[in-house]
Amino acid sequence: MAEHIEVLTGNAAAAYGVKLSRAQVIAAYPITPQTTLVERIAEFIAKGELKAEYIKVESEHSALAACIGASLGGARAFTATSSQGLLLMHEMLFWAGYGRTPLVMAVVTRAIAPPWNMWSEHTDALAQRDTGWIQFFCHNSQEVLDTIIQAYRIAEDKRVRLPVMVCFDGFEISHTAENVLVPEQSDVDSFLPPYDNELLDIEKPKLLWNGVYPEDAYKFKAIFSEAAQSSPSVIDEVQREFDSRFGRRYGAIEVYGSSEARVFLIAMGSVASTAKAAVEKLNEEGFRIGLIRIRLFRPFPTAELQKAVEGSEALVILDRSLSFTRGILSTEVASALYNARWRPKIFEYIVGLGGAVVSHRAVVETVKHLLPRVAEEPQGVIWLKSGG
Amino acid sequence: MVTINELTDEEYLLKGNSACAGCGATMAIRWVLKILGKDTVLVMPAGCVSVFQGMFPASAFSVPVVDSSFGAQSSFSAGLVAAYKIKGKRLKVVTLAGDGGTADIGFHAVSAAAERGDDVLYVCYDNEAYMNTGVQRSSLTPYGAKTGTDPQGKIEWKKNLPLIMAAHNVTYVATASVGYPFDLMRKVKKAASLSGFRYIHILTPCPPGWGCSENLTAELGRLAVRCGIFPLFEVENGKLILHKVGSRAPVKKYLELQRRFEGLTEEQIQYIQKRVDEDLRFLELLEKVTSEVNRTG
Repeated sequence: MAEHIEVLTGNAAAAYGVKLSRAQVIAAYPITPQTTLVERIAEFIAKGELKAEYIKVESEHSALAACIGASLGGARAFTATSSQGLLLMHEMLFWAGYGRTPLVMAVVTRAIAPPWNMWSEHTDALAQRDTGWIQFFCHNSQEVLDTIIQAYRIAEDKRVRLPVMVCFDGFEISHTAENVLVPEQSDVDSFLPPYDNELLDIEKPKLLWNGVYPEDAYKFKAIFSEAAQSSPSVIDEVQREFDSRFGRRYGAIEVYGSSEARVFLIAMGSVASTAKAAVEKLNEEGFRIGLIRIRLFRPFPTAELQKAVEGSEALVILDRSLSFTRGILSTEVASALYNARWRPKIFEYIVGLGGAVVSHRAVVETVKHLLPRVAEEPQGVIWLKSGG
Repeated sequence: MVTINELTDEEYLLKGNSACAGCGATMAIRWVLKILGKDTVLVMPAGCVSVFQGMFPASAFSVPVVDSSFGAQSSFSAGLVAAYKIKGKRLKVVTLAGDGGTADIGFHAVSAAAERGDDVLYVCYDNEAYMNTGVQRSSLTPYGAKTGTDPQGKIEWKKNLPLIMAAHNVTYVATASVGYPFDLMRKVKKAASLSGFRYIHILTPCPPGWGCSENLTAELGRLAVRCGIFPLFEVENGKLILHKVGSRAPVKKYLELQRRFEGLTEEQIQYIQKRVDEDLRFLELLEKVTSEVNRTG
């Protein structure tokens, strides 16, 4: 495999992923912490390293609308945003999702105002969970690059035809430089064929997305749901093929740490990276602790999660999101396990909102404090005093 | 110039659509498409046209149509144009939206498309209110007109959108009226021959919304121009050309034919007359000034 190592931030890795995927139309609006990502793409285009049209739009709403238009015109399109920008896209997210335009978008997760805050949390991306997009959460630069390439294969697969969000934490991942294996263009080309699906045919004119009566509306939603339901097997297939070509295996979830874990931490994104360090430390000290990193949030990997938690006593969810009183990841995990044969206790923690530091020491202390009490009933959602 | 002999018998806006009787917008769109012809893709947001085109699986058009979200039509078009450019396809992308979609909810995106110089023909059919939702005021509703949200009559003056578009230094801006079909078609032909952002603003009287008889659509389209309330002009290369009206009709004649202006006082009518005169004077001066300034391309 002719690949080379570069030191890349998460944002730069995403830009490389976009370049290697040969995206043809980029429409984006700057927002911290996404900016260096789209600037890098603009630089690729300016240097002639990426042949693409870059539409400098006036808002995120337009960024996504332009990507939808580009996709209808048969081009491979990309955008990226964060936080408020993602919220401004909300209407267009449904349009892309239920319109089944196979776009890829990087979401550099960031807290939502008020108060103004530019640091990471997952509420922005998770609040879009009902918009019809596949959602991945990455925990390092390598995964960001690889997932963008995979995302186009999944999105454009005829069995799926759904847009994909590739989410990663603002600053902790977007601005942290790491060694990244950058694949050869020719290898990516053979993994990801060119996109060509022009929907608007002059010879056979069609009217796209006009009004439908209730019975037809219901049918369209059912067709959408079929595609959504077929996506997990396609995602799995794409990940296996990626592994066979590039030697990096990704799954809907990643199970890490002790093979006989009594307790599993559950986390996403950079919180999962921190949790890995905590698990290593706890395993060294002899605690039977593991981590289940949720990589695929939509569709939620229910079957994989049910299987992974079998035999464990408790789950400790480190949730970097908030939906009124609970974390969004926590409610998803609880929902996924409701009909499971094996249902461990769930301890819900809210951590790292607005970029509050989640240290591996705090995670270690939290687990040690909890371990003698896992037989007791969980006492509601816990906010850590330090923020993490 | 366009003459009736040149017009194709081909219909791109089909019969049997569900537009209201006397709909000015259907007249305008039918003519626009006759001039543009087959290699055209229409992008349009919610509005009267998106409703009267019919429900799935029907269509009122024999060209491809994309129904965009309300206000995002310009950005959908920007993406389409970019896709066609990178793929080397030559298709005419036409953004077609009403006054609300253009001047209000979609304005930021319209302005951005104009500023970028997207290679799009933008056609705004101006029926002067949100007609498809049952007549509510837009920023292009004229002073004094009653709507569902201005039951006492609008108290603000109509926004001069064509001039605002011209201020974006786009390739071409024109106003047109369904009262003057050949002038309208000439402008569409002209716009189609150019590239970059081209904007045509068409006054399309709306009998149910304006409270006028269905047989008066063309007549009101002419009177609006003749009384000066909707002047016809073109802006190209920074130069404004105002179409002169031989003998001006008083605005009162135009207002009287429409129930939306019912109950206007003499004072209000005089106020409208005065403002219309001032606006026309402003355009005359603009024509003079712009004729003297040569713009570098």
